Amino acid sequence: MSTALLHTVPLSGQVINLCAALMLLLGFAMLAQRRVLSLINLFMLQGVVLFASTLIVALTTKQSHLLYSAGLTLVLKVFALPYILHRLIRKLSVKWDVETLLNIPTTMLVGIGLVVIAFNVAQPISQLSGTITRATIGIALACVLLSFLMMITRSKAVPQVIAFLAMENALFFAATSATYGMPMVVELGIALDVMVGMVILGVFFFHIRQQFDSLDIRHMERSKDA
Amino acid sequence: MNVYALFAQLLELVIALLLAPLLTGWVNQCRAWLQNRSAPPLLQTYYTLSKLFHKDVLIAHNASSLFRAAPYIIFACMALASAIVPTLSTELIFAPAADAIALVGLFALARVFIALAGMDVGTSFGSMGSRREMLVGFLAEPALLMVFFTASLISQSTSLSTIVDTLAHSEFAIYPSLAFAGVAFTMVSLAENARVPIDNPTTHLELTMIHEAMILEYSGRHLALIEWASSLKLFAYSCLGLALFFPFGIPATAEPAALSFALAILVVKLAMGGAALALIETLNAKLRIFRAPEFLGTAFLLAVLAMLVHLLLEAGP
Repeated sequence: MSTALLHTVPLSGQVINLCAALMLLLGFAMLAQRRVLSLINLFMLQGVVLFASTLIVALTTKQSHLLYSAGLTLVLKVFALPYILHRLIRKLSVKWDVETLLNIPTTMLVGIGLVVIAFNVAQPISQLSGTITRATIGIALACVLLSFLMMITRSKAVPQVIAFLAMENALFFAATSATYGMPMVVELGIALDVMVGMVILGVFFFHIRQQFDSLDIRHMERSKDA
Repeated sequence: MNVYALFAQLLELVIALLLAPLLTGWVNQCRAWLQNRSAPPLLQTYYTLSKLFHKDVLIAHNASSLFRAAPYIIFACMALASAIVPTLSTELIFAPAADAIALVGLFALARVFIALAGMDVGTSFGSMGSRREMLVGFLAEPALLMVFFTASLISQSTSLSTIVDTLAHSEFAIYPSLAFAGVAFTMVSLAENARVPIDNPTTHLELTMIHEAMILEYSGRHLALIEWASSLKLFAYSCLGLALFFPFGIPATAEPAALSFALAILVVKLAMGGAALALIETLNAKLRIFRAPEFLGTAFLLAVLAMLVHLLLEAGP
């Protein structure tokens, strides 16, 4: 009986499962979203969910370093990065509708296919793992793949960067659910990398726009021939 | 056979028939308040129905017998549907007769007849409305079935009584899959009940109407039956949503005390659900008809995700 099995999972595990499901839902919402502004808000929400799940894992397993990474998530992904992104799109004045290369229903169908693949691939991994959050590895993997898909299907620079950041979120989530997080040094390093990457990409945006009068990265492909 | 079960079944049917217009009236009232209009009285739907029942029926010359029979068939389908949905008790005598899949079939039967009746007279509006209704229907149905499959997987049964019984009376647990299914179900019921993102129930603007276009040729008691049937459909969908996703307060027995308590809870839940529906309708703009596949595609996607999430997170390895 599936119901009987579910009740053997403790409440914290159930809440983490709920967070995982919300991550997946937000991943799909970002995939379907047409506006850059809503995309940033969704990214912020994903940060909030990530913070909540990391915090719960930290509290239930009493791993103090996870508390730090939860704090880092809150500061970086809920406040700093969305703030920078908001400022960026205000300066670039790009609140336009995102131009997608595939139409949205097709993208969603491809997304479902990716989720099925991710769930199947993750099945053996989660059987090896002994953490209380092992069932969520499949979802984390699915979120990574969905972010990849979003990077592929968007033609503008800003959504691609948001997809990149969402992928980092998903990787972080995968690390937390598979092994209770990476060592602190690695996590700090990644956080710093994302921060620096964001700043560099922000500078890039301005250069791309100055060069081509647009943030459509297809212009960059053409410039190679010229 | 249990006498109480029979009594509960009859009471549920009567309650559905009586309360359904009230629910429609309540939604309209909430909508008017939210949109800063002066609201129609709560009982307006009853007044309209009684007015229509007293009027003569006007039928087009070239209407066939199907046109005359359709309102009765639609009304019977919806009445049966609201009798199957466990709202007051899960101990119902109709429960073994039809499960969740048969319920979807009932809604489909009503849809086929209303679409055929819309095309019967041969006006352009009627056939346009019918075609649009079938477009919405064929997209909404798989999503609705997926929602039911998710609930069935959780409770290991397609019988609605068993599903609601399992959800209402088992130990407390968070089902992430039901959250997905709930959103999908809300989207499907908005589309199926001709509500705002897909259709506007109050419009008679020829370019946008779907449901109203199909019933344009009806008058008198036929129109009254169809209006009543749409109220019943909204009632059945609301009760279904409440029973699946907020099942607390539905007793497993059919004792009179439990029934009256369940009725009080049902009225409160329906009032809140109706207000939420009015809020959704006020906050959203009507979609272009060509955006409807995208809307319902999203609902289908969410329902499929619900099933996948259930298999991954809740069913265990």
